[in-house]
Amino acid sequence: MMTNTLFLSGACQAAMVMLLAAMIMLLWRLAKGPVAADRVIAMDLMSMLVVAFLVVLSIYTGKKNYLDVAIAYACIAFLGTITLARFLHRRGRNNDLQPPPSAPDSTKGRSDD
Amino acid sequence: MIEYLTGIVLIIGSFFCLIAALGVIRLPDPLTRMHAVTKAGSLGAGLLVCAHALFYQQLGISLRAVSIIALLLFTAPVAAHIIARTSYRSGEAISDRTWIDQLKETAATRQGTNR
Repeated sequence: MMTNTLFLSGACQAAMVMLLAAMIMLLWRLAKGPVAADRVIAMDLMSMLVVAFLVVLSIYTGKKNYLDVAIAYACIAFLGTITLARFLHRRGRNNDLQPPPSAPDSTKGRSDD
Repeated sequence: MIEYLTGIVLIIGSFFCLIAALGVIRLPDPLTRMHAVTKAGSLGAGLLVCAHALFYQQLGISLRAVSIIALLLFTAPVAAHIIARTSYRSGEAISDRTWIDQLKETAATRQGTNR
């Protein structure tokens, strides 16, 4: 069953377009991100956006079962984020490759944004 | 009538999700990017789930929507805290424009404790 109102159908399509644009931006950050923590953050927001997209799809197609999928995906995405962050934490502590946090210098110019 | 309300909440929520992704693109270091993800992303996804509960108006659907919102609001700060601690300890997470680092000062005064 499709949603019957023209306004609601258009609103669902606009919401899906905005969510897809957000996901494409996050893919760019996921490919580029200078630090590994940036990639974990991008994946975290990506999982949140997948939950949001499932909810919008549930309104658009009129099938209520997508909400259960969204609940399960929210649980699993939290576990995935925690696991990745703990992995990075342990790797940084064991290898000791990273320098200690240096004092930020406010007089230094910025190289990039 | 309820369709118009649902559509307006849908558009506002997805706009906040777009703002969160824009923050991840534009902000300078992982700590500020996480600020965008945790606040704007949770608000956007929560508004979309609210729109879903508004549209169906059934008890089971509303309970599931409330559980999704509670799950988002409980898990996002925990994940953000762990990522922030990891990225601070790795040492390369702070932008050059940062000029207040109170955690570093606290760790300097408290010698010997685990930062």
